[in-house]
Amino acid sequence: MFIINCPYCGERDQSEFTAGGEAHIERPKQPTELSDDEWAEFLFMRKNIKGVQFERWNHAHGCRKWFNVVRDTTNDKIHAVYKMGEKPSID
Amino acid sequence: MPNYRVKKTDYVDQTNRISFKFDGKTYFGFKGDTLASALLSNGIHLVGRSFKYHRPRGIMTCGSEEPNAICQINPGTDLTEPNVRATEIELYEGLEASSQNCWPNVNFDIGGINNFISPFIPAGFYYKTFMWPKSFWKNIYEPLIRKSAGLGKSPTLPDPDLYDHKHIHCDILVIGGGISGIIAAKIAAKSGSNTILIDDKNTLGGSTIFQNNENFKINDEISKDWLFKEIEELKKLKNLTIKTRTSVAAYHSYNYLLAKENLTDHLSKNNKTSNIRQRLWKIRSNKVIIASGAIERPLVFNNNDRPGIILASSVNKYLNFYGVICGENNFVFTNNDSAYETALSLFEKGIQIKIIDIRKKTNSKIVKRVEKLGIDIYWNSTVTNTFGYRKLNSIEIMNLSEDGSNVIGKKIKAKCDCLAVSGGWTPMVHMHTQSGGKLNFRESDQVFLPKELDSEHISVGSCNGDFELDDIIKNTNEKVKSLLNLKETEFEKTYVSCTKELDKRNIWLLPNKITLGKTKSFIDFQNDSTAKDIKLALREGFRSIEHVKRYTTTGMATDQGKLSNMHALGIISETAGVKMGTLGTTTFRPPFTPLTFGAIVGRNVGQFFDITRRTSIHEWHIKNNAKFENVGQWKRPWYYPKENENMHQAVQRESKAARDSAGILDASTLGKIDIQGSDASEFLNRVYTNAWSKLAIGKCRYGLMLNEDGMVYDDGVTTRLGDNHFLMTTTTGGAANVLSKLEDYLQTEWPELDVFLTSVTDQYSTVSICGPNSKKILIKLFPSVNFNDDDFTHMSFKNSTINNINCRIMRISFTGELSYEINIEAKYGKSLWEKCIEAGKDFNITPYGTETMHLLRAEKGFIIVGQDTDGTMTPIDLQMDWIVSKKKYDFIGKRSLYRSDTIREDRKQLVGLLTEDPKEILEEGAQIVSNISKKPVEMLGHVTSSYFSPNLNKSIALAVVRNGKKMKGQKLLVPMENKNINVIVSDSIFLDKENKRLNA
Ligand SMILES: [Zn+2]
Repeated sequence: MFIINCPYCGERDQSEFTAGGEAHIERPKQPTELSDDEWAEFLFMRKNIKGVQFERWNHAHGCRKWFNVVRDTTNDKIHAVYKMGEKPSID
Repeated sequence: MPNYRVKKTDYVDQTNRISFKFDGKTYFGFKGDTLASALLSNGIHLVGRSFKYHRPRGIMTCGSEEPNAICQINPGTDLTEPNVRATEIELYEGLEASSQNCWPNVNFDIGGINNFISPFIPAGFYYKTFMWPKSFWKNIYEPLIRKSAGLGKSPTLPDPDLYDHKHIHCDILVIGGGISGIIAAKIAAKSGSNTILIDDKNTLGGSTIFQNNENFKINDEISKDWLFKEIEELKKLKNLTIKTRTSVAAYHSYNYLLAKENLTDHLSKNNKTSNIRQRLWKIRSNKVIIASGAIERPLVFNNNDRPGIILASSVNKYLNFYGVICGENNFVFTNNDSAYETALSLFEKGIQIKIIDIRKKTNSKIVKRVEKLGIDIYWNSTVTNTFGYRKLNSIEIMNLSEDGSNVIGKKIKAKCDCLAVSGGWTPMVHMHTQSGGKLNFRESDQVFLPKELDSEHISVGSCNGDFELDDIIKNTNEKVKSLLNLKETEFEKTYVSCTKELDKRNIWLLPNKITLGKTKSFIDFQNDSTAKDIKLALREGFRSIEHVKRYTTTGMATDQGKLSNMHALGIISETAGVKMGTLGTTTFRPPFTPLTFGAIVGRNVGQFFDITRRTSIHEWHIKNNAKFENVGQWKRPWYYPKENENMHQAVQRESKAARDSAGILDASTLGKIDIQGSDASEFLNRVYTNAWSKLAIGKCRYGLMLNEDGMVYDDGVTTRLGDNHFLMTTTTGGAANVLSKLEDYLQTEWPELDVFLTSVTDQYSTVSICGPNSKKILIKLFPSVNFNDDDFTHMSFKNSTINNINCRIMRISFTGELSYEINIEAKYGKSLWEKCIEAGKDFNITPYGTETMHLLRAEKGFIIVGQDTDGTMTPIDLQMDWIVSKKKYDFIGKRSLYRSDTIREDRKQLVGLLTEDPKEILEEGAQIVSNISKKPVEMLGHVTSSYFSPNLNKSIALAVVRNGKKMKGQKLLVPMENKNINVIVSDSIFLDKENKRLNA
């Protein structure tokens, strides 16, 4: 069980958070303009990386804020935490 | 009976005699004994039967790695516990234990016959044999196997004990209180770190506290005396917490560890000092120092499992710690120097001891000393067989060939009732690997060692591969120093004199004149797998260690292969010609030793198992005989039986009353979300399928929410309270998920919207009154409100007060009847409800529960999200096209409604079903087919809701059926176990299609 540094609250136990999958997948602004394949790309396709992955987390049992986490899925090391709309401090 | 207690020690109080029972017979031991040492002092070796062959087995170790001596504690009581290791049970007055895996008893065991048919039970036997015929598995094989193969018996009575969970934070956690752990803890605590030292035994000191010979000295003192003083000093340190009888069960990432502390397991019933039996510590430590030690390896030779064959270090501990000898004619059988300490200890007590060493000859200090004392050593020799059924009585010794692959020369047979075996040492790397650490392989002594990559934790002492006393002290000091960034410590100049091992010889499977197929060379003692089984698995093509392990069940018993894994690997490596380092190990999974369920759940049992949510009206429901249904965490009234009514009768009565006069429902559990902000209506436009911008203040609207994949997610009525203020209701079960989904969109996709969401589910109680007389009741309750239909229209709301308390009245309906919903601050919920009941008395107002509510809305064909939908239904599938706005540019899920898959016409669609026999009620979940004779029978769909409607006097059902929209009037079949029920596809609205009742 890891520790997540919520950008609004600070370090809290993982049990306070829920995971929200891959980050930086923006909902298309004009879905009606998209082909089935393009829409499916947004709707279904996720990278599921073994290694460093950008993901969304929600401080569900805390401030309820969504934010981004850069996590290595092989060892759960967290390399960066940053707010929605911001750029990570690494890479 | 001879007494095997030959020596006084510091750790067993021989003035404090304790009686205990084993297999029904009373024995005596002393305070400080374990069940194992007490049994051995009584000459009891045979304590169990092996799993597969039911071979007699004896105590083999003195710790958590014990494979054989596993017992049932307090059998037949509510305190009983199976699979407990006798080597870990501290003796107390009145302890009762029994052996397992044997019937009728350990001395005469019927399953022992497996031993004689064992050539027919090779590895994979169960997989291969019991596969066929299929029907035999359930009725014959499984019950038989379970009966003969079960380990202990699970308790059948509720556990009377209490268990605790506690969180603790520290700078440094030291796992293991042996010499390296003690040094590490002392350095850490003295440097100012808040330190915790954990050990699973009741005393600190590991194996050094009984290392009592001249060959091992620290600062010119005998090692045990030096360590004893260190422990005394350690206990005085302020920022150090010492936890004994505590074992680390799991090491998770970010230095989060679980450790189980035994508080009362070592005390007799009358002396329990705490009413908490075990405490699970949840530890978060900045750094962790692992000092978990090493386990001695057995040797693999023919019949190496007889009672009396014990690890050499354990024989030494039984003598020097407990004062007990394990036999009178002792042999040490070793491939390394460490067992020579055992020989010396026995010799000093005048016990007969000889040594068999597979090495050719070695000249270390300790070997020379043993030779000088005149102890016989059989060099370059191996044991080729052992004899004695219930207890070892003799052994057979032969010389090894030059390369060790064969035996040569004459057999020597010798009297022997205790064979102390040592195959070297295996560092306990479990904690390191559990934390995610990788391993290196050291060829010289064939051990896997921690490969340290980060600074989160280090391993010190023998778990790090340091087996010599001087290395242990020097390296522990250096590693802890660098972990804590210290310049120097008090252990800098500790002077150690010890004997250094010069020579090692490792033979994983010792040779024999007999062919392998006819030998019983055990690798995994608890699961009875032998060298032969491993070789068979390799011959059959298994290569991966994980596969061999599962095929032969090696390492899969309750000891998780603590003694067997290395030998299995070694034999695979030799046979397959692959280097051990590249073979890798199997995964070590938590818990390190078994945990009780009690410790895992702690106080979260009974009413604390899960949160229970009750409405403010709950007490009234109980008083009025409500039966409850769980809806999420909520307790909702299900139905209110009167006198002898069964559920069906109660629901029929309630349903009829609601349509004939008036019904009342506690709707407080529906999710309520308060939505405010200047973009609130735009927000609703985006999350619901229908249009919201034009909803006037004071009006309500039903909305359907989809997932982005187009599937129905939730529904409910939302009321516009003000220009920028809405109150949304959600389904009871979906409330929390809807709120977080909406928050997600607001925060991540549409941060530009000025909208704020607040859950107010718990803040309001909701009372819903429906039926043709509902208006009359409302008029009585709110005389000042105008309830005229043209003033207070369907789907609108008014603010009012009752006894000066504010409330909101919504005219909305989920039964199809004229219906009002009153929202009031939760604390007034019960008194409002009571007022409604009072006001409705003249109109036979009838409280109804969820079952009637479901029936009433089914009559109207209203869907219940989660019952009639299952995450695969679009609004179009539900024939709710009317609610999907064609004009709106976008809303959640819109694009998905015309994906190639969602526009298919033969999707499952919601329809009504009427049974040919109107009395026949379909079963919810039943399959629907059209043609039963064509095999395989094609499943068209299933029944989602089914009731007998008292208002229509016939059975009705909702169902999802492939292409159902086009099947109206068509006959289908619902095949049941004993009959096929004829049904006709119908409209899903059964009652009042014109919605006249809304304005009754
Ligand atoms: Zn937070």
